[in-house]
Amino acid sequence: MIEVKKLIKRFGMKSVLRGVDFRVERGEFVALLGPNGAGKTTFLRILSSLARPSLGEVKVAGYSLPNEAAQVRARLGVVSHMPLLYGDLTAQENLEFYARMYGITEYAIRITEVLDMVGLASRRNDLVRTFSRGMAQRLAIGRAVLHDPEVILFDEPYTGLDQDASSMLDEVLKSVAAQGRTVVMTSHDLARAEDLATRFDILTRGVIAASSSREALGSNNLLTFYKQALAA
Amino acid sequence: MTNFLQATFAVFRKDITAELRSREIIFAMMVFSMLVIVIFNFALELDPATRKEVTSGVLWATFAFAGTLGLNRSMAVEKDRGCLDGLLLAPVDRSAIYFGKVLSNLAFMFIVEAFVLPLYSALYNVNLFNPGLLLVILLGSIGYTAVGTLLASMAVQARTRDVLLPILLFPIAIPVLLSAVKASTGFLNGVEMAEIWPSLNLLIVYDVIFTAVAFMVFDAVVEE
Ligand SMILES: Nc1ncnc2c1ncn2[C@@H]1O[C@H](COP(=O)(O)OP(=O)(O)OP(=O)(O)O)[C@@H](O)[C@H]1O
Ligand SMILES: [Mg+2]
Repeated sequence: MIEVKKLIKRFGMKSVLRGVDFRVERGEFVALLGPNGAGKTTFLRILSSLARPSLGEVKVAGYSLPNEAAQVRARLGVVSHMPLLYGDLTAQENLEFYARMYGITEYAIRITEVLDMVGLASRRNDLVRTFSRGMAQRLAIGRAVLHDPEVILFDEPYTGLDQDASSMLDEVLKSVAAQGRTVVMTSHDLARAEDLATRFDILTRGVIAASSSREALGSNNLLTFYKQALAA
Repeated sequence: MTNFLQATFAVFRKDITAELRSREIIFAMMVFSMLVIVIFNFALELDPATRKEVTSGVLWATFAFAGTLGLNRSMAVEKDRGCLDGLLLAPVDRSAIYFGKVLSNLAFMFIVEAFVLPLYSALYNVNLFNPGLLLVILLGSIGYTAVGTLLASMAVQARTRDVLLPILLFPIAIPVLLSAVKASTGFLNGVEMAEIWPSLNLLIVYDVIFTAVAFMVFDAVVEE
Protein backbone atom coordinates (compact mmCIF):
# COMPACT_ATOMS: atom_id res chain seq x y z
CA MET A 1 0.00 0.00 0.00
CA ILE A 2 2.90 2.30 0.79
CA GLU A 3 6.33 1.86 -0.73
CA VAL A 4 9.20 4.22 -0.04
CA LYS A 5 12.72 3.70 -1.31
CA LYS A 6 15.84 5.70 -0.40
CA LEU A 7 13.80 8.78 0.43
CA ILE A 8 15.84 11.88 1.10
CA LYS A 9 14.42 15.22 2.24
CA ARG A 10 16.51 18.33 2.70
CA PHE A 11 15.48 21.76 3.91
CA GLY A 12 18.18 24.01 2.49
CA MET A 13 21.46 22.48 3.63
CA LYS A 14 19.89 20.36 6.34
CA SER A 15 19.06 16.72 5.61
CA VAL A 16 16.10 15.60 7.67
CA LEU A 17 15.45 12.25 6.00
CA ARG A 18 18.60 10.46 4.75
CA GLY A 19 17.48 7.38 2.91
CA VAL A 20 14.24 6.09 4.40
CA ASP A 21 13.07 2.66 3.23
CA PHE A 22 9.53 1.93 4.30
CA ARG A 23 6.93 -0.57 3.18
CA VAL A 24 3.41 -1.09 4.45
CA GLU A 25 1.02 -3.83 3.34
CA ARG A 26 -2.74 -3.42 3.07
CA GLY A 27 -4.47 -3.55 6.44
CA GLU A 28 -1.36 -2.96 8.54
CA PHE A 29 -1.42 -0.43 11.37
CA VAL A 30 2.08 0.98 11.71
CA ALA A 31 3.16 3.13 14.64
CA LEU A 32 5.97 5.45 13.58
CA LEU A 33 7.97 6.37 16.66
CA GLY A 34 10.99 8.57 17.23
CA PRO A 35 12.33 11.51 19.22
CA ASN A 36 11.32 15.14 18.63
CA GLY A 37 12.71 16.48 15.40
CA ALA A 38 13.37 13.02 13.95
CA GLY A 39 11.36 13.90 10.85
CA LYS A 40 8.11 12.00 11.47
CA THR A 41 5.87 14.92 10.52
CA THR A 42 8.08 15.68 7.52
CA PHE A 43 7.78 12.05 6.42
CA LEU A 44 3.98 12.03 6.70
CA ARG A 45 3.78 15.33 4.82
CA ILE A 46 5.72 13.76 1.96
CA LEU A 47 3.45 10.70 1.97
CA SER A 48 0.44 13.01 1.79
CA SER A 49 1.89 15.11 -1.07
CA LEU A 50 2.09 18.28 1.03
CA ALA A 51 5.87 18.28 0.71
CA ARG A 52 8.06 17.16 -2.16
CA PRO A 53 10.72 14.47 -1.76
CA SER A 54 14.20 15.78 -2.55
CA LEU A 55 15.24 12.36 -3.86
CA GLY A 56 13.93 8.82 -3.82
CA GLU A 57 10.83 6.90 -4.74
CA VAL A 58 7.46 7.22 -3.00
CA LYS A 59 4.38 5.17 -3.91
CA VAL A 60 1.06 5.32 -2.09
CA ALA A 61 -1.90 3.11 -3.00
CA GLY A 62 -0.15 2.17 -6.21
CA TYR A 63 0.49 5.72 -7.43
CA SER A 64 3.83 7.45 -7.36
CA LEU A 65 4.52 10.88 -5.89
CA PRO A 66 4.80 13.65 -6.83
CA ASN A 67 3.58 12.88 -10.37
CA GLU A 68 0.29 11.19 -9.54
CA ALA A 69 -0.49 13.28 -6.49
CA ALA A 70 -4.17 13.79 -7.23
CA GLN A 71 -4.78 10.02 -7.44
CA VAL A 72 -2.93 9.53 -4.17
CA ARG A 73 -4.90 12.28 -2.44
CA ALA A 74 -8.20 10.73 -3.50
CA ARG A 75 -7.27 7.55 -1.60
CA LEU A 76 -5.72 9.18 1.44
CA GLY A 77 -7.03 10.56 4.72
CA VAL A 78 -4.89 12.76 6.95
CA VAL A 79 -5.26 13.79 10.58
CA SER A 80 -2.59 16.19 11.82
CA HIS A 81 -2.27 17.92 15.17
CA MET A 82 -4.11 20.85 13.62
CA PRO A 83 -7.78 20.07 13.02
CA LEU A 84 -7.97 21.45 9.44
CA LEU A 85 -11.45 22.76 10.20
CA TYR A 86 -13.05 26.19 9.88
CA GLY A 87 -14.13 27.74 13.16
CA ASP A 88 -16.78 29.92 11.56
CA LEU A 89 -18.54 26.97 9.97
CA THR A 90 -20.63 24.34 11.74
CA ALA A 91 -19.54 20.70 11.90
CA GLN A 92 -22.05 19.89 9.19
CA GLU A 93 -20.89 22.76 6.95
CA ASN A 94 -17.25 21.76 7.36
CA LEU A 95 -18.01 18.22 6.25
CA GLU A 96 -20.19 19.44 3.38
CA PHE A 97 -17.35 21.65 2.21
CA TYR A 98 -14.84 18.81 2.21
CA ALA A 99 -17.35 16.46 0.58
CA ARG A 100 -17.57 18.90 -2.33
CA MET A 101 -13.80 19.21 -2.49
CA TYR A 102 -13.52 15.43 -2.74
CA GLY A 103 -16.25 15.22 -5.36
CA ILE A 104 -18.48 13.03 -3.18
CA THR A 105 -21.99 12.87 -4.57
CA GLU A 106 -24.98 12.19 -2.30
CA TYR A 107 -22.96 13.31 0.67
CA ALA A 108 -25.86 13.91 3.06
CA ILE A 109 -26.08 10.25 4.09
CA ARG A 110 -22.32 9.85 4.34
CA ILE A 111 -22.02 12.92 6.58
CA THR A 112 -24.66 11.61 8.97
CA GLU A 113 -22.85 8.26 9.06
CA VAL A 114 -19.52 9.90 9.84
CA LEU A 115 -20.97 12.21 12.50
CA ASP A 116 -22.53 9.20 14.20
CA MET A 117 -19.25 7.34 14.09
CA VAL A 118 -17.32 10.11 15.84
CA GLY A 119 -20.18 10.80 18.26
CA LEU A 120 -20.96 14.35 17.17
CA ALA A 121 -24.41 13.91 15.61
CA SER A 122 -26.04 16.06 18.28
CA ARG A 123 -23.54 18.91 17.75
CA ARG A 124 -23.71 18.96 13.97
CA ASN A 125 -25.15 22.47 13.79
CA ASP A 126 -22.74 24.07 16.26
CA LEU A 127 -19.84 26.24 15.14
CA VAL A 128 -16.54 24.41 15.31
CA ARG A 129 -14.97 27.33 17.21
CA THR A 130 -17.15 26.34 20.18
CA PHE A 131 -15.77 22.77 20.18
CA SER A 132 -13.33 21.48 22.77
CA ARG A 133 -9.99 20.12 21.60
CA GLY A 134 -11.28 16.56 21.84
CA MET A 135 -14.43 17.26 19.85
CA ALA A 136 -12.48 19.09 17.17
CA GLN A 137 -10.08 16.16 16.95
CA ARG A 138 -12.94 13.70 16.54
CA LEU A 139 -14.45 15.85 13.82
CA ALA A 140 -11.01 16.03 12.18
CA ILE A 141 -11.03 12.24 12.04
CA GLY A 142 -14.51 12.30 10.57
CA ARG A 143 -13.26 14.75 7.98
CA ALA A 144 -10.34 12.47 7.13
CA VAL A 145 -12.48 9.36 6.54
CA LEU A 146 -15.33 11.13 4.75
CA HIS A 147 -14.26 9.91 1.30
CA ASP A 148 -13.60 6.38 2.63
CA PRO A 149 -9.83 6.44 2.04
CA GLU A 150 -7.72 3.27 1.75
CA VAL A 151 -4.79 4.77 3.62
CA ILE A 152 -4.91 6.99 6.70
CA LEU A 153 -2.06 8.98 8.21
CA PHE A 154 -2.32 10.18 11.81
CA ASP A 155 0.21 12.67 13.14
CA GLU A 156 0.08 12.61 16.94
CA PRO A 157 -3.69 12.43 17.16
CA TYR A 158 -3.60 12.36 20.97
CA THR A 159 -1.85 15.70 21.49
CA GLY A 160 -3.73 17.88 23.96
CA LEU A 161 -6.46 15.38 24.82
CA ASP A 162 -7.47 14.44 28.35
CA GLN A 163 -8.16 10.88 29.56
CA ASP A 164 -11.79 10.78 28.48
CA ALA A 165 -11.15 12.28 25.09
CA SER A 166 -8.21 9.93 24.56
CA SER A 167 -10.19 6.79 25.30
CA MET A 168 -12.99 8.01 23.06
CA LEU A 169 -10.38 8.57 20.35
CA ASP A 170 -9.10 5.01 20.95
CA GLU A 171 -12.53 3.70 20.03
CA VAL A 172 -12.75 5.88 16.92
CA LEU A 173 -9.25 4.90 15.79
CA LYS A 174 -9.98 1.22 16.30
CA SER A 175 -13.18 1.40 14.29
CA VAL A 176 -11.38 3.33 11.53
CA ALA A 177 -8.62 0.72 11.39
CA ALA A 178 -11.00 -2.23 11.65
CA GLN A 179 -12.51 -1.45 8.27
CA GLY A 180 -9.47 -2.88 6.48
CA ARG A 181 -7.72 0.43 6.10
CA THR A 182 -3.99 0.87 6.12
CA VAL A 183 -2.88 3.18 8.91
CA VAL A 184 0.36 4.96 9.77
CA MET A 185 0.35 6.83 13.08
CA THR A 186 3.09 8.84 14.74
CA SER A 187 2.97 9.09 18.50
CA HIS A 188 5.03 9.76 21.60
CA ASP A 189 2.59 7.72 23.64
CA LEU A 190 4.17 4.25 23.60
CA ALA A 191 1.41 2.61 25.61
CA ARG A 192 -1.24 3.74 23.13
CA ALA A 193 0.89 2.74 20.15
CA GLU A 194 1.43 -0.68 21.69
CA ASP A 195 -2.29 -1.04 22.19
CA LEU A 196 -3.30 -0.08 18.63
CA ALA A 197 -0.56 -0.90 16.15
CA THR A 198 0.39 -4.17 14.45
CA ARG A 199 3.90 -2.96 13.68
CA PHE A 200 6.37 -0.53 15.23
CA ASP A 201 8.95 1.44 13.23
CA ILE A 202 11.51 3.71 14.81
CA LEU A 203 12.59 6.76 12.83
CA THR A 204 15.79 8.34 14.09
CA ARG A 205 18.87 10.03 12.59
CA GLY A 206 17.01 10.27 9.28
CA VAL A 207 16.43 6.55 8.75
CA ILE A 208 14.13 3.78 9.95
CA ALA A 209 16.54 2.38 12.52
CA ALA A 210 14.41 -0.55 13.62
CA SER A 211 11.16 -2.25 12.81
CA SER A 212 9.26 -4.98 14.56
CA SER A 213 5.88 -6.60 14.20
CA ARG A 214 3.77 -7.05 17.31
CA GLU A 215 4.45 -10.83 17.25
CA ALA A 216 8.22 -10.41 16.88
CA LEU A 217 8.25 -8.09 19.85
CA GLY A 218 7.19 -11.10 21.92
CA SER A 219 7.46 -10.64 25.64
CA ASN A 220 9.76 -7.63 25.27
CA ASN A 221 7.85 -4.47 25.82
CA LEU A 222 7.81 -1.65 23.34
CA LEU A 223 9.73 0.72 25.57
CA THR A 224 12.76 -1.61 25.69
CA PHE A 225 12.65 -2.05 21.93
CA TYR A 226 12.39 1.72 21.44
CA LYS A 227 15.32 2.48 23.74
CA GLN A 228 17.51 -0.15 22.11
CA ALA A 229 16.78 1.29 18.66
CA LEU A 230 17.72 4.80 19.77
CA ALA A 231 20.89 3.66 21.50
CA ALA A 232 22.15 1.50 18.62
CA MET B 1 -13.51 19.71 -15.37
CA THR B 2 -16.73 19.46 -13.39
CA ASN B 3 -14.65 18.51 -10.34
CA PHE B 4 -12.46 21.53 -10.94
CA LEU B 5 -15.41 23.93 -11.08
CA GLN B 6 -17.12 22.22 -8.17
CA ALA B 7 -14.01 22.66 -6.01
CA THR B 8 -13.54 26.28 -7.09
CA PHE B 9 -17.13 27.04 -6.22
CA ALA B 10 -16.92 25.10 -2.94
CA VAL B 11 -13.99 27.26 -1.77
CA PHE B 12 -15.84 30.42 -2.77
CA ARG B 13 -19.04 29.36 -1.06
CA LYS B 14 -17.17 28.34 2.11
CA ASP B 15 -15.46 31.75 2.32
CA ILE B 16 -18.69 33.63 1.80
CA THR B 17 -20.57 31.56 4.41
CA ALA B 18 -17.80 32.10 6.97
CA GLU B 19 -17.56 35.81 6.19
CA LEU B 20 -21.32 36.35 6.40
CA ARG B 21 -21.09 34.90 9.89
CA SER B 22 -18.02 36.71 11.23
CA ARG B 23 -17.96 39.81 8.98
CA GLU B 24 -14.35 40.23 10.08
CA ILE B 25 -12.69 40.83 6.74
CA ILE B 26 -15.22 43.12 5.13
CA PHE B 27 -15.70 45.19 8.26
CA ALA B 28 -11.94 45.74 8.58
CA MET B 29 -11.68 46.68 4.92
CA MET B 30 -14.55 49.15 5.14
CA VAL B 31 -13.31 50.95 8.22
CA PHE B 32 -9.87 51.15 6.70
CA SER B 33 -11.13 52.55 3.37
CA MET B 34 -13.17 55.15 5.16
CA LEU B 35 -10.12 56.32 7.10
CA VAL B 36 -7.98 56.46 3.98
CA ILE B 37 -10.51 58.58 2.09
CA VAL B 38 -11.00 61.02 4.93
CA ILE B 39 -7.28 61.34 5.67
CA PHE B 40 -6.34 61.88 2.04
CA ASN B 41 -8.80 64.71 1.75
CA PHE B 42 -7.66 66.38 4.96
CA ALA B 43 -4.03 65.96 4.08
CA LEU B 44 -4.39 67.37 0.60
CA GLU B 45 -6.63 70.31 1.66
CA LEU B 46 -8.35 70.31 -1.64
CA ASP B 47 -10.31 72.92 -3.45
CA PRO B 48 -13.04 71.41 -5.65
CA ALA B 49 -11.02 71.66 -8.87
CA THR B 50 -7.93 69.81 -7.64
CA ARG B 51 -10.10 67.34 -5.83
CA LYS B 52 -11.50 66.31 -9.16
CA GLU B 53 -7.96 65.83 -10.44
CA VAL B 54 -6.90 63.49 -7.63
CA THR B 55 -10.14 61.54 -7.21
CA SER B 56 -9.10 58.47 -9.17
CA GLY B 57 -5.69 58.40 -7.48
CA VAL B 58 -7.28 58.50 -4.04
CA LEU B 59 -9.81 55.84 -5.01
CA TRP B 60 -7.19 53.42 -6.26
CA ALA B 61 -4.89 54.01 -3.31
CA THR B 62 -7.87 53.19 -1.09
CA PHE B 63 -8.70 50.01 -3.01
CA ALA B 64 -5.07 48.91 -3.03
CA PHE B 65 -4.59 49.32 0.74
CA ALA B 66 -7.95 47.86 1.69
CA GLY B 67 -7.26 45.06 -0.77
CA THR B 68 -4.02 43.94 0.87
CA LEU B 69 -5.81 43.89 4.20
CA GLY B 70 -8.49 41.56 2.82
CA LEU B 71 -6.03 39.37 0.91
CA ASN B 72 -3.93 38.88 4.02
CA ARG B 73 -6.84 38.09 6.31
CA SER B 74 -8.45 35.68 3.90
CA MET B 75 -5.22 33.67 3.54
CA ALA B 76 -4.38 33.89 7.25
CA VAL B 77 -7.68 32.14 8.05
CA GLU B 78 -6.47 29.19 5.98
CA LYS B 79 -2.96 29.12 7.38
CA ASP B 80 -3.51 29.65 11.09
CA ARG B 81 -5.82 26.71 11.67
CA GLY B 82 -3.95 24.51 9.20
CA CYS B 83 -6.87 24.62 6.78
CA LEU B 84 -4.57 25.33 3.85
CA ASP B 85 -3.25 21.78 4.29
CA GLY B 86 -6.83 20.55 4.26
CA LEU B 87 -7.42 22.32 0.95
CA LEU B 88 -4.17 21.04 -0.53
CA LEU B 89 -5.08 17.47 0.42
CA ALA B 90 -8.16 17.52 -1.79
CA PRO B 91 -7.81 15.43 -4.95
CA VAL B 92 -8.29 18.34 -7.33
CA ASP B 93 -5.90 20.39 -9.39
CA ARG B 94 -4.60 22.96 -6.94
CA SER B 95 -5.34 25.86 -9.22
CA ALA B 96 -9.02 25.22 -8.39
CA ILE B 97 -8.19 26.37 -4.85
CA TYR B 98 -6.44 29.44 -6.23
CA PHE B 99 -9.45 30.38 -8.37
CA GLY B 100 -11.82 29.81 -5.48
CA LYS B 101 -9.79 32.18 -3.30
CA VAL B 102 -9.61 34.72 -6.14
CA LEU B 103 -13.40 34.65 -6.45
CA SER B 104 -13.98 35.27 -2.76
CA ASN B 105 -11.28 37.95 -2.54
CA LEU B 106 -12.83 39.60 -5.56
CA ALA B 107 -16.25 39.48 -3.94
CA PHE B 108 -14.83 41.20 -0.83
CA MET B 109 -13.20 43.85 -3.04
CA PHE B 110 -16.45 44.53 -4.90
CA ILE B 111 -18.42 44.85 -1.69
CA VAL B 112 -15.94 47.36 -0.30
CA GLU B 113 -15.88 49.28 -3.59
CA ALA B 114 -19.67 49.40 -3.61
CA PHE B 115 -19.39 50.99 -0.17
CA VAL B 116 -16.58 53.40 -1.02
CA LEU B 117 -18.06 54.89 -4.18
CA PRO B 118 -21.29 56.28 -2.72
CA LEU B 119 -19.43 57.34 0.41
CA TYR B 120 -16.87 59.26 -1.59
CA SER B 121 -19.58 60.77 -3.77
CA ALA B 122 -21.56 61.92 -0.76
CA LEU B 123 -18.61 63.28 1.22
CA TYR B 124 -17.02 65.23 -1.58
CA ASN B 125 -19.88 65.87 -3.89
CA VAL B 126 -18.47 64.23 -6.98
CA ASN B 127 -20.55 61.97 -9.17
CA LEU B 128 -18.75 58.62 -9.47
CA PHE B 129 -21.58 56.71 -11.12
CA ASN B 130 -19.98 56.55 -14.47
CA PRO B 131 -20.28 53.24 -16.40
CA GLY B 132 -16.76 53.65 -17.77
CA LEU B 133 -15.34 54.04 -14.26
CA LEU B 134 -17.23 50.95 -13.10
CA LEU B 135 -15.70 48.96 -15.96
CA VAL B 136 -12.21 50.14 -14.99
CA ILE B 137 -12.86 49.18 -11.37
CA LEU B 138 -13.99 45.74 -12.50
CA LEU B 139 -10.89 45.14 -14.63
CA GLY B 140 -8.46 46.69 -12.16
CA SER B 141 -9.83 44.68 -9.25
CA ILE B 142 -9.53 41.45 -11.22
CA GLY B 143 -5.86 42.03 -12.01
CA TYR B 144 -5.04 43.21 -8.51
CA THR B 145 -6.80 40.26 -6.87
CA ALA B 146 -5.33 37.72 -9.30
CA VAL B 147 -1.75 38.65 -8.47
CA GLY B 148 -2.57 39.52 -4.85
CA THR B 149 -4.04 36.10 -4.07
CA LEU B 150 -0.94 34.38 -5.41
CA LEU B 151 1.42 36.61 -3.43
CA ALA B 152 -0.71 36.32 -0.29
CA SER B 153 -0.32 32.55 -0.42
CA MET B 154 3.45 33.09 -0.51
CA ALA B 155 3.53 35.79 2.17
CA VAL B 156 1.36 33.81 4.55
CA GLN B 157 4.21 31.31 5.06
CA ALA B 158 6.32 34.05 6.66
CA ARG B 159 5.95 35.43 10.14
CA THR B 160 6.19 38.98 8.76
CA ARG B 161 3.34 38.46 6.33
CA ASP B 162 1.51 41.70 7.14
CA VAL B 163 4.48 43.71 5.91
CA LEU B 164 5.61 41.20 3.33
CA LEU B 165 2.46 41.21 1.23
CA PRO B 166 2.45 44.95 0.40
CA ILE B 167 6.20 44.85 -0.22
CA LEU B 168 5.75 42.05 -2.74
CA LEU B 169 2.45 43.15 -4.17
CA PHE B 170 2.73 46.91 -4.74
CA PRO B 171 5.74 46.85 -7.09
CA ILE B 172 4.25 44.04 -9.15
CA ALA B 173 0.80 45.60 -9.25
CA ILE B 174 2.04 49.06 -10.27
CA PRO B 175 1.26 48.56 -13.97
CA VAL B 176 -2.31 47.61 -13.07
CA LEU B 177 -2.74 50.53 -10.70
CA LEU B 178 -1.22 53.06 -13.13
CA SER B 179 -3.42 51.95 -16.02
CA ALA B 180 -6.44 51.89 -13.75
CA VAL B 181 -5.80 55.41 -12.46
CA LYS B 182 -5.22 56.72 -15.95
CA ALA B 183 -8.36 55.14 -17.37
CA SER B 184 -10.44 56.24 -14.37
CA THR B 185 -9.27 59.85 -14.71
CA GLY B 186 -10.07 59.68 -18.40
CA PHE B 187 -13.63 58.55 -17.79
CA LEU B 188 -14.23 61.00 -14.94
CA ASN B 189 -13.04 63.94 -17.02
CA GLY B 190 -15.00 62.87 -20.07
CA VAL B 191 -11.92 62.43 -22.23
CA GLU B 192 -12.26 60.95 -25.74
CA MET B 193 -12.48 57.15 -25.84
CA ALA B 194 -9.48 57.03 -28.19
CA GLU B 195 -7.30 58.35 -25.37
CA ILE B 196 -8.63 55.88 -22.82
CA TRP B 197 -8.36 52.74 -24.93
CA PRO B 198 -4.61 52.19 -24.48
CA SER B 199 -4.88 52.04 -20.67
CA LEU B 200 -7.99 49.89 -20.87
CA ASN B 201 -6.26 47.48 -23.22
CA LEU B 202 -3.26 47.34 -20.95
CA LEU B 203 -5.54 46.46 -18.02
CA ILE B 204 -7.07 43.59 -19.94
CA VAL B 205 -3.64 42.29 -20.97
CA TYR B 206 -2.40 42.42 -17.36
CA ASP B 207 -5.50 40.60 -16.13
CA VAL B 208 -4.88 37.78 -18.59
CA ILE B 209 -1.14 37.56 -17.92
CA PHE B 210 -1.42 37.65 -14.13
CA THR B 211 -4.16 35.02 -14.09
CA ALA B 212 -2.22 32.74 -16.43
CA VAL B 213 1.03 33.05 -14.47
CA ALA B 214 -0.69 32.45 -11.14
CA PHE B 215 -2.49 29.43 -12.61
CA MET B 216 0.87 27.94 -13.58
CA VAL B 217 2.92 28.63 -10.47
CA PHE B 218 0.38 28.32 -7.62
CA ASP B 219 1.11 24.62 -7.08
CA ALA B 220 4.85 25.27 -6.75
CA VAL B 221 4.27 28.17 -4.37
CA VAL B 222 2.20 26.26 -1.84
CA GLU B 223 4.24 23.04 -1.73
CA GLU B 224 7.17 22.65 0.65
N1 LIG C 1 9.47 23.73 6.51
C1 LIG C 1 10.63 23.46 7.14
N2 LIG C 1 11.74 24.18 6.87
C2 LIG C 1 12.91 23.92 7.48
N3 LIG C 1 13.11 22.93 8.36
C3 LIG C 1 12.04 22.16 8.67
C4 LIG C 1 10.76 22.37 8.06
N4 LIG C 1 9.90 21.45 8.55
C5 LIG C 1 10.62 20.69 9.42
N5 LIG C 1 11.90 21.11 9.49
C6 LIG C 1 12.98 20.50 10.31
O1 LIG C 1 12.96 19.12 10.09
C7 LIG C 1 13.25 18.42 11.30
C8 LIG C 1 12.20 17.37 11.52
O2 LIG C 1 10.97 17.99 11.89
P1 LIG C 1 9.62 17.18 12.07
O3 LIG C 1 8.58 18.15 12.43
O4 LIG C 1 9.40 16.34 10.88
O5 LIG C 1 9.98 16.25 13.32
P2 LIG C 1 9.02 15.31 14.15
O6 LIG C 1 9.65 13.97 14.17
O7 LIG C 1 7.64 15.39 13.63
O8 LIG C 1 9.13 15.95 15.58
P3 LIG C 1 8.02 16.02 16.76
O9 LIG C 1 8.09 14.71 17.46
O10 LIG C 1 8.51 17.12 17.62
O11 LIG C 1 6.70 16.30 16.13
C9 LIG C 1 13.34 19.46 12.39
O12 LIG C 1 14.69 19.69 12.67
C10 LIG C 1 12.71 20.69 11.79
O13 LIG C 1 13.34 21.84 12.27
MG1 LIG D 1 5.79 16.08 14.40
